[in-house]
Amino acid sequence: MSFLLSKASQIAREPGDPQVLETGPSSLKGIDKVGRALGWASFGLGALELFAPKTVTKWLGMEGREGLVRAYGVREFGAGVMCLSTNNDYGAFNRAAGDVLDLATLATAYRDDNPKKRNVGLAIAAVAAIGVIDAATGWAIRSLHKRKGEPRDFSDRSGFPKGIAYSRGKAAGQVPPDYRAAPAAVQASPVGSEASPAARAMEREPA
Amino acid sequence: MKALVWHGKEDVRYDTVTDPEIEDAGDAIIKVTSCAICGSDLHLYHNFIPAMLPGDVLGHETMGEVVEVGKGVKNLKKGDRVVIPFTIVCGECEQCKAGNFSVCQRTNRKADFQAKFFGHQTCGIFGYSHLTGGYAGGQAEFLRVPFAETTHIKVPEGIPDESLLFLSDIYPTGWQAAIQADIQPGDTVAIWGCGPVGQMTIRCAVLLGAEQIIAIDCLPERLSMAEAAGATTINFLEESVVDRLNELTHGEGPHKCIDAVGMECHVSFKQPDTIMDRAKQMMMAESDRPHVLREMIYVCRPAGVISVIGVYGGLDDKIPWGVAMNKGLTFRMGQCHVPRWTDDLLHRIEDGQIDPSFVITHKVPLSEGPEMYRTFRDKQDSCIKVMLEPA
Repeated sequence: MSFLLSKASQIAREPGDPQVLETGPSSLKGIDKVGRALGWASFGLGALELFAPKTVTKWLGMEGREGLVRAYGVREFGAGVMCLSTNNDYGAFNRAAGDVLDLATLATAYRDDNPKKRNVGLAIAAVAAIGVIDAATGWAIRSLHKRKGEPRDFSDRSGFPKGIAYSRGKAAGQVPPDYRAAPAAVQASPVGSEASPAARAMEREPA
Repeated sequence: MKALVWHGKEDVRYDTVTDPEIEDAGDAIIKVTSCAICGSDLHLYHNFIPAMLPGDVLGHETMGEVVEVGKGVKNLKKGDRVVIPFTIVCGECEQCKAGNFSVCQRTNRKADFQAKFFGHQTCGIFGYSHLTGGYAGGQAEFLRVPFAETTHIKVPEGIPDESLLFLSDIYPTGWQAAIQADIQPGDTVAIWGCGPVGQMTIRCAVLLGAEQIIAIDCLPERLSMAEAAGATTINFLEESVVDRLNELTHGEGPHKCIDAVGMECHVSFKQPDTIMDRAKQMMMAESDRPHVLREMIYVCRPAGVISVIGVYGGLDDKIPWGVAMNKGLTFRMGQCHVPRWTDDLLHRIEDGQIDPSFVITHKVPLSEGPEMYRTFRDKQDSCIKVMLEPA
């Protein structure tokens, strides 16, 4: 897919610019791709809940709770945005938390007097399974990207081959005139004899 | 040839691409001997810089050997050893003649496109989106250098690549950060961010004679490297930056504040505004996370100077402009005008005043580039700077 996109993007390039002939290893790992897939799934479910809540409530026998379903749709969009961001571990955990909320809501509809009780049961099983996947994905992404090992000590890397004492101040006073800031104004605007007592402070304490 | 190619958010690949060719009489082709991953490449990696396209070759810190020159290039020949600045400059326009090379008026070949975002064009940049010309970058085996007569730094033999490579970007960028702050002997300078640019800025502040340098970060390895240059350090996850800076300056605040962080500052509950910024960024309601700008404005000494060298992308919220105005702060900022500083900075390397190679923590083949993007982004293995060598 990406290879095709790189081909399509040639339209915005100059003829002599490098063109991809063959793609190689990527920095994007499989678990990151799973995280993103969950994000797109959130957008799909979110769109259904937000724009067709009656379809959902009718199938679950939860008529009259369309407002709640819409709110869950907004939540799904939020989770989707997070899953597609660089903080997709938070996105996956957000989905897992949402799954718990979904399960709690579905539990209220799992009643004998609900003619769609079987559907609710199926939904509970599906959400529980997805919840496990969401949580496992979140942990896997976090584990992949977390800092590992003890931090190294670079206190022997001064960057001054002849020692800091040799280098300190070697460029002192070499800021070009066009890069001087406020202190230069003191020299540029000397105080005249008619200046106020306060202005004469500049003469007593030049910058 | 082999190159590191951007395919989407967090998706950098080691691809085979077509070799570059001379397209214009002013071009040169460089066989890359060394290149590096810049902190600002991570903004591309995260897709925070607009107008990247799948298939774009990355990289703007590059050096190598000239293997071919166009007919119009008079000051380069095959075999010359050169560092390539990240900024493509013509040397002839009004801005170049004024020394403002990073806003060169002629080298951005997609200037009209960029002007729709920025009002005007800035210079072309290697491997840094189609906003800055869509030029192929130098994390590759070969690089086409447009405007080659003015877009190169000839470097002598006898000094290793490690010491010279960073003339392309982070060394002059750190220098300009310090110069923009107008550092004078006796100044107290606070530097936010101890990544590669922050480290260079610390060293340049030493060269300029700053009396007290305070470096702010949260990663122990970076803080230890800052301390190696004599900086006092603040770990912002362990203590209040504002309180500590005021303590170190007897309540006066630093004379000069330098932002070497930019648009992707660390997100932490210790800094609640960063959480809000991150949420807005995800919703595309804000381009950057400007926590450092806010903190600098708040803590800087009245009539002090704020230098912004960290890269910002666009629209920022909740900048305390009234505080800045009433405190009479001076702001200087911009992408580095690389050629303006490089002669002087090369001399300082030759004289032994500084050796920029200190910052390299990982030196690997170009083929490991995709893995190193992830390692660098995740701050794993105490990674601060990655140098890549094509086969």
